[in-house]
Amino acid sequence: MDRKVVVPGDLLSEEAKRSGEGTYIRNGSVYSLLYGLANFRDKINVIPLAGKYVPGPGDNVIGVVKDITFSNWIVDINSPYDGLLHISEFPKRIESADMSKYLHIGSSIMARVKDVDPTMKVELTLNDRKLGLIRVGRVVDISHTRVPRLIGKGGSMISMLKKELNCSIFVGQNGRIWVHGGAKDTDLALKTITLIEKEAHTSGLTDRVVAYLKREKGARS
Amino acid sequence: MIAMDETDISFFKDGLRLDGRKADELRPVKIEVGVLARADGSCYIEMGGNKVIAAVYGPREVHPRHLQEVTRAIVRYRYNMASFSVEERKRPGPDRRSYELSKVSREALEPVILTNFFPRSVIDVFVEVLQADAGTRTAGINAAAVALADAGIPMKSMISSCAAGKVADTIVLDPMKEEDNFGQADLPIAMTPSGEITLMQMDGGLTPDEFRQAVELAMKGARDIYELQKQALVKKYNQMAEPGKMEVHACD
Repeated sequence: MDRKVVVPGDLLSEEAKRSGEGTYIRNGSVYSLLYGLANFRDKINVIPLAGKYVPGPGDNVIGVVKDITFSNWIVDINSPYDGLLHISEFPKRIESADMSKYLHIGSSIMARVKDVDPTMKVELTLNDRKLGLIRVGRVVDISHTRVPRLIGKGGSMISMLKKELNCSIFVGQNGRIWVHGGAKDTDLALKTITLIEKEAHTSGLTDRVVAYLKREKGARS
Repeated sequence: MIAMDETDISFFKDGLRLDGRKADELRPVKIEVGVLARADGSCYIEMGGNKVIAAVYGPREVHPRHLQEVTRAIVRYRYNMASFSVEERKRPGPDRRSYELSKVSREALEPVILTNFFPRSVIDVFVEVLQADAGTRTAGINAAAVALADAGIPMKSMISSCAAGKVADTIVLDPMKEEDNFGQADLPIAMTPSGEITLMQMDGGLTPDEFRQAVELAMKGARDIYELQKQALVKKYNQMAEPGKMEVHACD
């Protein structure tokens, strides 16, 4: 795969149809919008090295309740925009007065982005079995730009981690990762995730992570 | 402008300037990316005697609320000179000059930032001048552009900035303090690498011919600086890709 570091305004291609994410077209040519890594395939995508998470419909996120209004929980989702969790999106019917009994300020939740409108009003939902209040486990923050690497192609990396580490893992698109398992497994999981974040832009990462896990596990037993 | 006897000091010796440069030569430039751990993007630049640091925060929530725009991000740019940045202590805090420079610098960068990607948010740019030696606004804009890229903010292109001036009836590139103080004109510009000018100011007087010549020279300088900005960003990536070097450039 052909990759290159680019800065905003770099010419990537003269074929407008190859314009992918992180690029724009001017006068029929494709230019980079971002400072990052350009991937030259059929389409040219530029993957940023930094940046803030902007929620999109269908994203899984981990949030922290920061305020409660009459019918909404206001949730910090590690983004310029707050998430709104409406009372009707809670898995069971509850009264407005009881909202803080279920989710109070400071509660961490696994949620899904239901909808985002053009003014960036972000609606969240908990209506799914795998979503809800976080009662156990640990949450680690990584840059949201590294999340695709943690998931891997078709989920290869994350399913390998779950299997090898014997942990439950929930990946928030906003860069917050929940891990739950045995204490030592969780420790190793967090270390591995930090390693993936650090070396996200190197190739052959999955193989190296496998080797790393083998080494760490060998040292343990 | 300046009394006649002061313009008499000789700006050239054997065809070279006071610091040994040719008329169309830049001062040495050093750019470092990602120097601040708390900022989303940052850059430190030295252009000759100028030492400037730029920090970018955002996009983030707008405070105070009434400033927010429903359809786009707003950009705030704060140019500030440290009290120790000049020979005679500068009274700290914003003044007429720094308000003006903040405004024109913001307007120099805004056209390339895709503000409509982030409605109801703000992109804050802070530029601190640690040491001044003529041309701090251009150094600030150069640093801010790199810091914006480092923060992962989508931009149509980079912005590079450079000044040209006139001393002893000669057009020179990137005037230093003596040339700026006692020269006949100063003309800072900022532009995209493709040559679209986003800032142009002039102090002093130039004939139309001199003006054209000065703009051309300043644009050449800006193009050279663009290459250096690019190099600095690529260098940061390479250092990041090299494991073990992370500590030097903590970027998250």
